[in-house]
Amino acid sequence: MSTSIIGAAVTRVDGPLKVTGKAAYALDHPLENVAWGVPVASTVGNAKIVGIDLSTAERMPGVLAVLHHGNTEPLFRPAGQWEHSRASEARPPFEDDNVYYYGQYVALVVANTFEQAKAAADAVKVQYSAQKPSVSFDDGPIPERPRVHYTRGDADQAFESAPVKVDETYEIPVETHNPMEMHATIAVWDGDKVTLYETTQGVMNHQQVMSEMLGIPLERILVISPFQGSGFGGKLFPWPHSLLAAVGAKKVNRPVKVQVPRSLMFTTVGHRPMTRQHMRIGATQDGKLVSIQHDVIQPTSMVDTYVEACTGVTTMLYSCDNVAAQQTLVERNLGTPTPMRGPGIVPGLFPLESAMDELAIRLNMDPLELRLKNYAEQDESFNPARPWSSKHLRECYEVGAAKFGWSKRTPQVGSMKNGTEILGWGMATATWHAGRGAATVRVRLNADGTARATCATQDIGTGTYTVFAQIVSEKTGIPIDKIDVVLGRSSLPPGPTSGGSTVTATVSPAISQAAQGAVDRVIAAAQSIPGSPFHPNNLPEGDPVKLLMTAGRIHAAGKPPESGVPFGEILTAGKLAALENEARTAPDPAKEHDFSAHSFGAQFIEVAWDPGIARLRVSRALTVIDAGRIINHRTGRNQILGAVVMGIGMAMFEETIYDPRNAKPLNNNFADYLVATNADIPELDCIFVEYPDLQLNEYGARGIGEIGLAGVAPALTMAVHHATGVRVRRLPVRIEELMGSTRLTA
Amino acid sequence: MKVFRYSQARSIEGAVRAGATGTFLAGGTTLVDLMKLDVLQPPAVVDINGLPLDRVETLPGGGVRIGALVRNSDLANHEAVKTNYAVLSEALLSGASPQLRNMATTGGNLLQKTRCYYYRDTNYACNKRQPGSGCAALDGFNRIHAVLGGSDRCVATHPSDMAVAMMALEATVHVQGPKGERAIALDQFYLVPGNTPDRENVLLPGELITHVTLAALAGGTRSRYIKLRDRAQYEFALASAAVAVSMSGRRIQRVRIAFGGVGTKPWRSREAEYALEGHDAGTENFRRAADAAMADAKPLKYNGFKIELAKRALVRTLEETTQAA
Repeated sequence: MSTSIIGAAVTRVDGPLKVTGKAAYALDHPLENVAWGVPVASTVGNAKIVGIDLSTAERMPGVLAVLHHGNTEPLFRPAGQWEHSRASEARPPFEDDNVYYYGQYVALVVANTFEQAKAAADAVKVQYSAQKPSVSFDDGPIPERPRVHYTRGDADQAFESAPVKVDETYEIPVETHNPMEMHATIAVWDGDKVTLYETTQGVMNHQQVMSEMLGIPLERILVISPFQGSGFGGKLFPWPHSLLAAVGAKKVNRPVKVQVPRSLMFTTVGHRPMTRQHMRIGATQDGKLVSIQHDVIQPTSMVDTYVEACTGVTTMLYSCDNVAAQQTLVERNLGTPTPMRGPGIVPGLFPLESAMDELAIRLNMDPLELRLKNYAEQDESFNPARPWSSKHLRECYEVGAAKFGWSKRTPQVGSMKNGTEILGWGMATATWHAGRGAATVRVRLNADGTARATCATQDIGTGTYTVFAQIVSEKTGIPIDKIDVVLGRSSLPPGPTSGGSTVTATVSPAISQAAQGAVDRVIAAAQSIPGSPFHPNNLPEGDPVKLLMTAGRIHAAGKPPESGVPFGEILTAGKLAALENEARTAPDPAKEHDFSAHSFGAQFIEVAWDPGIARLRVSRALTVIDAGRIINHRTGRNQILGAVVMGIGMAMFEETIYDPRNAKPLNNNFADYLVATNADIPELDCIFVEYPDLQLNEYGARGIGEIGLAGVAPALTMAVHHATGVRVRRLPVRIEELMGSTRLTA
Repeated sequence: MKVFRYSQARSIEGAVRAGATGTFLAGGTTLVDLMKLDVLQPPAVVDINGLPLDRVETLPGGGVRIGALVRNSDLANHEAVKTNYAVLSEALLSGASPQLRNMATTGGNLLQKTRCYYYRDTNYACNKRQPGSGCAALDGFNRIHAVLGGSDRCVATHPSDMAVAMMALEATVHVQGPKGERAIALDQFYLVPGNTPDRENVLLPGELITHVTLAALAGGTRSRYIKLRDRAQYEFALASAAVAVSMSGRRIQRVRIAFGGVGTKPWRSREAEYALEGHDAGTENFRRAADAAMADAKPLKYNGFKIELAKRALVRTLEETTQAA
């Protein structure tokens, strides 16, 4: 097999399992004697629990236990002692009688069936001493000291003296992840050991956090999560329901299933926090940026500190001598926020790229030209500035502009018509940092001609299983359908959390090295096993020859694979079941400061505005991405297009609406919380400009899970402005604002 | 969900008897959902899916008789409906999702409950759910609520698209109850909330909708439904308009107009009809009719835009139904 398997459009190796219903998601694992746990969640946002009446619930059919803060041994806080160990919510459930947000767990009913547990949970009467919650920016104190502060040059002074300025405030509401598969856990105790069937983006982190919060040694916890109905960041770090399942199962001495219902998916498993972002940009008359200032206010919860790192992108995207950025956190009665696809950069790009468009209009300059004028040839956020590991953003702009027809854009508002509709065109820059971490992978070559690769990472639906199979196949020549990839189990060789678009870049070198090591062992065996045709005794000259493994066959270098034998025959000759190798790879810390590694891209969007009926639709979207080498074009394209769909939802639909009276998300269901439907999505296109980033890893692959979402919202609101003349500075775009009314928020 | 008795009706008479103390179950897309939320807590549920009410029949002399159990998908795709009552087919296909339309029935859709956030959560005050408890929507987030027909007790919209089209088609609802059969003009079927928002229609205990009939439309009548909302599918109307119109040259001879998404019931607008009948088709007249339709509209804090949106929906629907073929 040639190297063409890398970069090919390979169908998912786990696809058949998924489309036939055989893939076991968290609650699908067949277990005997399982009980159900149904949580009781607070219906107020800021309170003390003053009473819990179980008199009805406890007597209901099938009820095994009702747990709450008054009758449950306290759990532990996460230690946060390892660099990569992290819990979403540090306060364990039932720690005390405080209620910090609507939807906080206040009790758990365990019963024989789901229906019995649900009925009893509804019958638990909780009395609260409630106070008015604070849910919005202005609903409480704003601290004077920022949490994050960045500065280079003198942005204030440069802004004051800049001839052209933009000074605007932008807002993004809370967005809720809502993966199809809701969070869920099955906990099974066996003596002092517990197995947790999970839907998590990090089996190893989950194991570590559970060890800390349950207070038991790591080796007694096994986390199993072979498939996820996606996570979008919401499943990166454990949430309290997993602890509830473990505690409930221990209490009733049976396996216990806990599923987070859709309504609590809006409150109790994180969200992208709302942000208010003040952007000030100053430029010269010819469009050179002289100052960028970005101030963010963002709520976190009352119990955890979560920073949505919006300003990071501001410091590196454009060349500018004077940059200041700061972020201030306010504590509000909301659940703890958590990373949502493209955290920091996606919400940070909305004000930055919107302000760039507003600046372009003030300069009477094409917005793409403005970006080229301020192109960052190196990463100026570092001092001294660092070279990019690989950057081809200019080509993304050019390829995208040509394909989209950007030169035909007439800048006047409402000037491009199509029948009764007015077209609007927008564009924005996309970026995402290219990370890489440590991973250990084991590759086993079996005597029957198959291979197996194992790692304690997981495939959250992005195609990680397939990447493993592709790289093992590339190194061994074993066809993909004979390669078994086993992931999603904390007992496997240590692997990375699926977050930050880093898994492919992280695991690729380890898979490659492990596979090559296994191949080397087979070659060594071929030269040392007496029954092997390549044992010196069996060679005419009696001298060892250099061997290769190609297309799954061991053969002499310089001769075709057909001249050799299938590798399994070597193992069989040696009476070996398999040979394997394990490799750990990590980025070289010495080279860490040599380069700045980012992916880049350009978004182009067309909207169609029908003013007669105030109807806005996206009619075209094109995304051009520079993300190094694309290992799998099929799953890679899927990642980008899926993210663009999510970006259209972010720009046009998504908003978790809180009732200020009790902090309830009013639209906590799929009918009322709007995401894009198929009917909202036009034909999408995506182009990869492929330049392997060999500073990052041998394949030059960077992650692509998030960048597709970056820049969609500002490109879309720019298109909306071009069509309608309305500048939307608070997402999502709403009909009333396009009709000229002031839009009020709850 | 509370414990309830479940029975299957084997005849219309049996259903009516059982229905006196229970609630009828057809497609279940509203009832089961709201029972799970404890919003509806019927002591008994009478499953009527076995009744022979699942056919669309064309009537001698034109018109159709639609069984109460005809599924929304089947009705929308019925040839006679598509050909003669385009507004109804379009309205049905604009509603809910394919999966829901495959379950939802004609009778059930007429009785569909509101999507008001506060009605659906038993922790809120709601006069419709619990008379006298108050209305959390009045000073809540009322962007999706009604601008027509509301009271200081309730401003919840009726969510149906189908009923709006049927209002423009002047449908008749046929019911059977303990005292026998009766026919009710759809226009007389719904109640505005007033002081009793829990009473949404004129049905008496035990009365079962058996059919809906549509009269034949005058030759050359054109009809259309336009629904406006935030996204393209699977969302209730922010404003919608149903029009059935017949012309004589450029003159509007007869027009029936109803709105969805803006009223506490499917909203027939005689004001708009009067403003148009006998007048020429044209955007200026359409706009005048739209203004007349919304003259009594009362905006709440968040939904003022619905008034203009409904007007635009009507104007566009009239433009499309009156333009030269």
